Amino acid sequence: MQFFRKQRISRLNGDRQADMYPHSLQFYGQPPTENISLAEFETFAVDRLRLLKTIENIGVSYVKTSEQYSKKLEAELRKLLFPYRVDVDEKELGKEYEKRRKDHISHFILRLAYCQTEDLRRWFIQQEMDLFRYRFHEIPEEHFQNFLNTNNLIYNSINEEERRIVKLSIIHSNANISAVKLEEMEIYKVPFQDVLDLVRSRKVYLKGGYTYIPHKEIVTVVLNDFRTRLSKALAVTARSLPVVHSDERLQPLLNHLSHAYVGQDYSIQKNIGKISLEQIDNLSLKSFPLCMRNLHKALRENHHLRHGGRMQYGLFLKGIGLTLEQALQFWRAEFVKGKVDADKFDKTYAYSIRHSFGKEGKRTDYTPFSCMKIILSNAPSQGDHHGCPFRHSDPELLKQKLQSYKIPGNGINQVDDCNFSLNHPNQYFAESQSLLNGKDVKREAPAKISGGSQETPANVKMAESTSSAEMDDLELLFQDAP
Amino acid sequence: MSDVYDPASLPDLLPLYYRRLFPFSQYFRWLNYGGVTKNYFQNREFSFTLKDDIYVRYQCFSNQSELEKEMQKMCPYKIDIGAVYSHRPNQHNAVKSGSFQAQEKELVFDIDMTDYDDVRSCCSSADICHKCWTLMKIAVRVLDRALKEDFGFEHRLWVYSGRRGVHCWVCDEAARKLSQSARSAVAEYLSLIRVVGGSETIKKVQLSTPVHPFITYVPVSINVALHYCRAVSCVASMVSDNWVLIYKCTSASPLIRDMLQSDFQKYKTSVKRWESLKKRVKQGSQKNSALLDSEIVLQYCYPRLDVNVSKGVNHLLKSPFSVHPKTGRISVPIDTRQLDQFDPFAVPTISGEEDENYKRTSLGKYVKVFELFVEQMEKSWKGQLLKQSDMQGDF
Repeated sequence: MQFFRKQRISRLNGDRQADMYPHSLQFYGQPPTENISLAEFETFAVDRLRLLKTIENIGVSYVKTSEQYSKKLEAELRKLLFPYRVDVDEKELGKEYEKRRKDHISHFILRLAYCQTEDLRRWFIQQEMDLFRYRFHEIPEEHFQNFLNTNNLIYNSINEEERRIVKLSIIHSNANISAVKLEEMEIYKVPFQDVLDLVRSRKVYLKGGYTYIPHKEIVTVVLNDFRTRLSKALAVTARSLPVVHSDERLQPLLNHLSHAYVGQDYSIQKNIGKISLEQIDNLSLKSFPLCMRNLHKALRENHHLRHGGRMQYGLFLKGIGLTLEQALQFWRAEFVKGKVDADKFDKTYAYSIRHSFGKEGKRTDYTPFSCMKIILSNAPSQGDHHGCPFRHSDPELLKQKLQSYKIPGNGINQVDDCNFSLNHPNQYFAESQSLLNGKDVKREAPAKISGGSQETPANVKMAESTSSAEMDDLELLFQDAP
Repeated sequence: MSDVYDPASLPDLLPLYYRRLFPFSQYFRWLNYGGVTKNYFQNREFSFTLKDDIYVRYQCFSNQSELEKEMQKMCPYKIDIGAVYSHRPNQHNAVKSGSFQAQEKELVFDIDMTDYDDVRSCCSSADICHKCWTLMKIAVRVLDRALKEDFGFEHRLWVYSGRRGVHCWVCDEAARKLSQSARSAVAEYLSLIRVVGGSETIKKVQLSTPVHPFITYVPVSINVALHYCRAVSCVASMVSDNWVLIYKCTSASPLIRDMLQSDFQKYKTSVKRWESLKKRVKQGSQKNSALLDSEIVLQYCYPRLDVNVSKGVNHLLKSPFSVHPKTGRISVPIDTRQLDQFDPFAVPTISGEEDENYKRTSLGKYVKVFELFVEQMEKSWKGQLLKQSDMQGDF
């Protein structure tokens, strides 16, 4: 049985801040009720979005519980003035409350921007959960029970006597816990309604309606609770959106915030047929992101690509405007130069090309892969050329390759100042083409590019697509480049 | 004097039943749940099956008196109880679509003897006999123990369905408030054997070490259930007579299976067969055969649950004290303290010739069980009502 204490929100003063934000970590249960300026509204939102995108990026480069991950995330939290520590000195308290207030308000603003579609919600929930998990692990065990209680999670840890009684049963219920490990941790009694997944699969000891959860697993329980609450809250928020959108001060900002993540998926090709096959070699050097440049090169050299490569490159080509007929011609011409005869091509490979254009089978018009998808799924193995070079290649090889592409040193240093962010190979292509052809660039392109060679914009952007992880290595490299 | 039940006589018998025998007072006290929550009884859905198979849903009543009057007027052949809704069920069309929601209902379980057809050789489909009724006793023991001790549910009413099974109504407040997802989690926790339509697809029981405490308790429950059974190892004997079952269970251990096959040809008594089974299992060196004998017993005895019955908050289930139209038997509560004495064939039927007083007496002991059940619950509501009135400041 859970009993809920109502949190009372009183007027602003120092003590009130202590009431409002007793912890650096919160469940965002109550929305903020004060007035803030538009400027603060915008800054807070943008900063939190930056934070969440960083979380997404480092989550891809590092194991989420590793030290490097924690270090990177802490650095970002400090930089953006978000709370990152549980134990705070007396004299730091004022600043700390400011950070917690920012954390609180920015979260709620982003809810407005990210509640609208399933995809947006999913992304938002994922990053917020990762942030929560990180902060949760930073809570020292002494503060833990207090944290639970402040957030109305009435999970009590059990005393010695009860431990003795239930110890063996817990070990028998849970394949992950040995007797030795169990000795070292607290055990909490959690009502079964809060851990349905464990109950369903009978992976937990259940007695009298309570499950016995060792500390190690309590994070899963709390995280699930967090996810459920947030998911429900987003659904509620979505219903009140029309009112929010009618405020014309907020609407443009909120739209910008949500598009900053999703962007296009490049499935609707506006440039169909505008690319000729003869142009591809040249384009690959000028406007292709590194991954696609590699794939094209490998295809030309080997007259063949494996399935992963065909998918990634083939869909990219579709995204830049190749028609089905062109694609068939392109691949056929190349494969025939290799070991595949025309007949075999028509019988096997042609089918899958048509399939990816949505002309066969269940007729899904597959969309070109985004960077995230390339990085996270289907890692390349020996003999493959697909994947993301900034993620999947050997760093040494990568350095050499980039050197050979003549990336100027100062291009890299300006990356941090740009608001340009790359999430999609086709985005790279589109922006690069825009820049080269002198068209208006809708995004804030890197304004401080030095050097005028045609290679520069494309290659600078190529460098920008690195995850912040690789940034350090590259910076070192290019300080000495000619 | 006993008489054969004739379904055609229902229209004549039911009026008497609803006028004199149906325990309206206890029934209302139950479903009203002490009046702690406003409109709890009024928002409850009932469904009636009337003469000529006419089925009406969304029936609801304002109080006990209205319930009595309507039931006596309509004389339903069958009564189902559904959920407590957000509005009066008979208003479900008038309410804005989406707002009419099932909010609470007892957690229920339905054990049907047909789901044991793969293991019982004495009867099949709708028939039951004393031999296979033992399986029902086991089911009640196993589930009742788990509901009480693992989940902490205190108010559990077991009811004979009138023909070939039992139902369980878990009436604790926490149970009534469970979401669909929670209900299915409870049902899955309690399931070892998946019933997926038709005996061929029943999942085999597979145990892994360490064995979850829940499972450890099952044999204990089985043994308690069989306490009065005089055979040396009652279940063991039933099992060892069932070669088809053993064949299926040993598919992963063909060596053991071959040895058993020859043993069974040699030994003809069930005692000897069971002993040989245990011996072979011990001899088997593979990891997956270590618990084979337990698996076989569980495969035979373990209750088959239909998760779909338990998971729906709006699911309609046959009401206690409803009549079974095909058998004429009344769905009576089972006294779990005297489970072994329960005889489904001795349950009163709604037949014509016995005198009303006789009927009232024979039904009486089951009404008593029901009364006790309601009284137990009333104790817990009293505490709640006090708390409520304290909070509101009435004295």
